[in-house]
Amino acid sequence: MTQARPMVAAPSTTAPSVALSGAALRFGDRTLWDDLDLAIAPGEFLAVLGPNGAGKTSLLQVLLGLRKLSAGAVEVGGRPPRRGSSVVGYVPQQKAFDRDLPLRGRDLVRLGLDGHRWGLARRNRETRDRVARVIDDVGATAYADAPLGLLSGGEQQRLRIAQALLGDPTVLLCDEPLLSLDLHHQRAVSELIDTRRRAANISVVFVTHEINPILSMVDRVLYLVGGRWAVGPPDEIMTSERLSDLYNTDIDVLRVRGRIVVVGTPDAAHGEPGGDHHHPVDTGPVPGPPRAPAGSTGGRTG
Amino acid sequence: MGLWFYLQQPFAQHALIAGTLVAIISGLLGPFVVTRGAAFAVHGTAELSFTGAAAGLLIDGDAILGALIGSVVVGGAIGLLGVRQRERDSAIGVILAFGLGVGVYLLSRYHGFATQATNILFGQIFGVSDGQLELLIGVAVSVLIATALLYRPLLFASVDPDVAEARGVRTRLVGVAFLLVLALTVTEAAQIVGTLLVLSLAITPAAAAGRLSARPGRVTALSVAFALVAADGGLVLSLQTNVKASVLISTISFGIYVVARLVGAATRDRRGRRTTAAPARPYPATPTARV
Ligand SMILES: Nc1ncnc2c1ncn2[C@@H]1O[C@H](COP(=O)(O)OP(=O)(O)O)[C@@H](O)[C@H]1O
Ligand SMILES: [Mg+2]
Repeated sequence: MTQARPMVAAPSTTAPSVALSGAALRFGDRTLWDDLDLAIAPGEFLAVLGPNGAGKTSLLQVLLGLRKLSAGAVEVGGRPPRRGSSVVGYVPQQKAFDRDLPLRGRDLVRLGLDGHRWGLARRNRETRDRVARVIDDVGATAYADAPLGLLSGGEQQRLRIAQALLGDPTVLLCDEPLLSLDLHHQRAVSELIDTRRRAANISVVFVTHEINPILSMVDRVLYLVGGRWAVGPPDEIMTSERLSDLYNTDIDVLRVRGRIVVVGTPDAAHGEPGGDHHHPVDTGPVPGPPRAPAGSTGGRTG
Repeated sequence: MGLWFYLQQPFAQHALIAGTLVAIISGLLGPFVVTRGAAFAVHGTAELSFTGAAAGLLIDGDAILGALIGSVVVGGAIGLLGVRQRERDSAIGVILAFGLGVGVYLLSRYHGFATQATNILFGQIFGVSDGQLELLIGVAVSVLIATALLYRPLLFASVDPDVAEARGVRTRLVGVAFLLVLALTVTEAAQIVGTLLVLSLAITPAAAAGRLSARPGRVTALSVAFALVAADGGLVLSLQTNVKASVLISTISFGIYVVARLVGAATRDRRGRRTTAAPARPYPATPTARV
């Protein structure tokens, strides 16, 4: 180990916080993914990559208990997933709030705690302090009382993370939380998530179009493409061979100044210059040194 | 004759009681109407209460009961047909067009007082009977209780539907329940301001409140207060001036909105920010990791 990590993988001693076995998801005769075996260890940071429509969001919906598997089994925190579970925190796909929304950031965070209960919220000092503490943890105190719709995308995203962390989850599910953020906020938001997962040993499942902003944090990558998948450390998956195999076409994976540039994917999804993303290739975080692989790599093609 | 004389008459007291209740429930639901973009649902259910009222008149000679029953049917239908807002809007359009046609037919079969029909469109609260007043009170109290129960999940589902769903809120169920209480509220409001001016109680006060605060509790309180001022103020003024109450209510309501916009515009952008000059910090104030 070259970095102080809380853990990388110790599957034999700790129960996984997320376990999928033989898992498949189909719509009609279309298979998003199948035969998926994956165990996510406590504190592990898993990036989920893949083109649009590969089934990344659907995977999170399965883990949230909003969608049933077509086949196979899934457990989150040792039990089948169920809606509203306190084990799971959820940061949805970044969507700006309406400017006129009559809500403050503080109210949004609070809803994460008891918004699903019937009746009116009671004033309660303990709850208020808890909300204030988590807002402080994400560095959002300065604007927590401003109208939510007037905050920047990055500020809104921090409050969403605070909302997700409020219930002390052991699994944090993030759906493209960096989308439409500028580089500076991409970095701040991903470091925030990383810090919190290390502090509380939270497993993070991080769906993203763009691995570079989180490359230094990622333990393993789950790469989904048109019904196929591969899982393993970034160094193992983000290679020309593996991706060419997955996409069934020639893909070049280049390392440019510590960043990964994928050239040739049909939807140009990964940091390809001139692709649909908003980050120049020559800036951004420099990833840490390579780490010991997580051991478990699997994958299936065909 | 003076206002004091009128205020001692049962017809005026009935109107004020009904106006007060309607203002409370409209003001309470208004912020959700704004947040959920449900203005068209309000308008649609209000106009369709015309159909229910016409049916009520024809069958039993009671427009209010017919309108209330009709609104529940309509609210439920809209809720079941449309899930997302866009779907909902076209569902409302479809039901509205058909329902109004039925209403026109029913009214053409009705041979009672023609003013009963115009009262539906423009409101006539000064004519409610004791029995109708009891009905209005009963429905308003039920709406009040239902809204209090729904409040938190409805707020969650309205502002943040994806996370609400994941946290276990039955957003679909909550949405249908909301449309049902909304339809009842709108129908009650239509008794006072008429189906054509319902928005002046169901939206305008909430929109005004939203200009002044972003705290959900405060927005709701202001919205109820504004609706009360408009409804009771309009009724009292109407007693004194002989101008139709619905005209005065919508005018007062609009006046409040204009003032709120002016006041709100001056303060809104900086509201709630602790520091004025501090630029966004490059990194979050992360606590030292306990690793
Ligand atoms: N209920 C559904 N019925 C049929 N197809 C669906 C349903 N939900 C999602 N899909 C399809 O599944 C695919 C995967 O969606 P999603 O998980 O959102 O992909 P990603 O997040 O990777 O872009 C999409 O093509 C979508 O159209
Ligand atoms: Mg998605």
